[in-house]
Amino acid sequence: MTLLIQYMLIFASVLLLVALGGCFSEHSGVINIGLEGIMVFGALGGALVMKYLPDGASAATVIFLSIAAAMLLGMVYSLLLAVAAINFKADQTLVGTAMNLLGTAAATVFVKAMNTAENPDNVSSTIQYINAKKAFIVDLGGFEFNWFMLLALILLVVSYVLLYKTKFGLRLQACGEHPQAADSVGINVYKMRYAGVMISGLLGGIGGLVYITAGVSEWKFENGVAGFGFLALAVMIFGQWKPIRIALAALLFGLFRSLSNVYTGFDFLASLNIPSSIYNMLPYIISLVVLALTSGKSHAPKAEGIPYDKGSR
Amino acid sequence: MEAKKHTPFLRRPVVQTLLASLICILLGLLIGYIALLLINPAGAWDAIVVIVKNFWKYSAQSAQLKYLGNTLVKAAPLLMCSLSVLFAYKVGLFNIGAAGQYVAGAGAALYCALGLHMPWYVCMLAGALAGALLGCLSGMLKAYRNVNEVISCIMLNWISLYLVNSLLTTVKDPTSPYTLNLAVANPGALIPSLGLEKLFTNNKYVTIAIPLAVIITVLIWVLLEKTKLGYELKATGLNKNAAKYCGMREKYNIILTMGIAGALAGIGASMYFLSGFEEWSCTQSSVPAMGFNGIAAAFLGGLNPIGAIFSSFFIQHITNGGAYVDKTMYCSQISDFISAVIIYLCGFVLFFKHCMNRFMDRREEKALRKEEQAK
Repeated sequence: MTLLIQYMLIFASVLLLVALGGCFSEHSGVINIGLEGIMVFGALGGALVMKYLPDGASAATVIFLSIAAAMLLGMVYSLLLAVAAINFKADQTLVGTAMNLLGTAAATVFVKAMNTAENPDNVSSTIQYINAKKAFIVDLGGFEFNWFMLLALILLVVSYVLLYKTKFGLRLQACGEHPQAADSVGINVYKMRYAGVMISGLLGGIGGLVYITAGVSEWKFENGVAGFGFLALAVMIFGQWKPIRIALAALLFGLFRSLSNVYTGFDFLASLNIPSSIYNMLPYIISLVVLALTSGKSHAPKAEGIPYDKGSR
Repeated sequence: MEAKKHTPFLRRPVVQTLLASLICILLGLLIGYIALLLINPAGAWDAIVVIVKNFWKYSAQSAQLKYLGNTLVKAAPLLMCSLSVLFAYKVGLFNIGAAGQYVAGAGAALYCALGLHMPWYVCMLAGALAGALLGCLSGMLKAYRNVNEVISCIMLNWISLYLVNSLLTTVKDPTSPYTLNLAVANPGALIPSLGLEKLFTNNKYVTIAIPLAVIITVLIWVLLEKTKLGYELKATGLNKNAAKYCGMREKYNIILTMGIAGALAGIGASMYFLSGFEEWSCTQSSVPAMGFNGIAAAFLGGLNPIGAIFSSFFIQHITNGGAYVDKTMYCSQISDFISAVIIYLCGFVLFFKHCMNRFMDRREEKALRKEEQAK
């Protein structure tokens, strides 16, 4: 049971972080499909830091540096979307898809080159961080509490306050609903949208780092992030772009995702003899059903996806 | 009445699209070259040349033709996937589910071939129907429940992957994760080649699938440009509400379009797996890249069926070329990297066209000013 809750919270943290990132970006008016690519890059940054930190480094150093690296790389990568969508008015869905493919390909090429440079026989795209990962975990009497769960909770509160209780957040939302009106009162829509996309890069990067350290001590970058970024997008839409609802949706999806890992531990479920592929499909089927039921009155930010042109009405 | 104005060369949309795609390709190759230089400057130039040359690296013409055949075998399904993406895009839908529809098609085709022992045309039909079913599902979710098609397609991609993996486990080789070899288990399911393989030095994987893909491309072009249905679909894509106001059934059009797009991807999968080139690995954990490369080929071809023929061939050409890079220095994923950069740059096509128009505007202004001064 503790394993189920552990996995549920960790996967929920990943989904929460990435969905919050997508939420910020879409509130500012830029559709961010490229969350998978951002996650891969954030994961790459964190993994590199964890790999190269000396073994004796304190837990706090490991945590802070790897999170910082993940945030930085995620933000830099999200700039690709920002520049293309905001300055060059590119099709945001296309750029996002390109970023997903580019993220996995670039990370694989980089990791393979790095591994081959260290050891010519090593042609894998795996990075290991067995020792560094231990810094994140605190054993609370059998329950492995991961600092990332706390981080996700803190960032959830920060996001809620930022989005609804500060000038910045309200102006950000205005840029996604009616950028022309926002522009007319003096808000710089371009800057706001850049901020939205970069925040999504920051959060997505941390989400990627959390994903690759969830339960495993090495990661094969050829796999990218196995579709988790898109699951986070579904969480965001299910949560109707509101942080609290996103958190609840993330918990729900995290539960189903973790079930596929731990169902053998439950005698009740094991006796039902459901094939493992059904458990694998369960998060996606549930997402589809949930989306089918709730998208009818979906209130996406009205001006999302439309490149902002100062000259238009 | 004024005589028809002669449109300058650089203003013609076809020329602009072609030039924009060429710019994307050249820039993509350049960025790939820079990446190779950063990894290991020693072999960078050779590596990029090898990627671009692909089968030309063989000096004997028979070897060249044989490996050209290999490229074509993979370019045909890629062409079908790119048609799937561009067809849906005409109605304003981003069919990222081409990968899942490809998987569904492969599953249906292979199961019919290996499990039900059907001849190839039945298997191909099954593949098309499976892909169409998946596409229609996304279309119905979009039309009736307003579910964003990108998300529903991604979910269906993963669901179909797991379903097909478990389905094809029933017809696989007991000792390996791959499905049974078609030539051994059911030769009647292999797509016939009608003598085409002789043109490619007896490359037994070259089949009539390749000319069939080109024929289907032309049919799709005719459907989009010359039929009433095509006009309705494009109108729905340009302005859903205006189309509805004119009496076009936009829900029906959306579902039909996604269904056709799904069928195209499913046919592509049948073409690939029924040629015997590769078996399906029942333990694969991610959706095959063919569907996503179809997105690249669709946009690189300027979202035009005829353009998609050339762009699909090009993308497959450099993907196959990537397998020849010196493995001690680089990895074959470098061509995936280049393809991804090219798709990213395709997003800037509007900007490139804008630049071309600005350039032409300035030239015309200069010419007008000279005329004024001369007067």
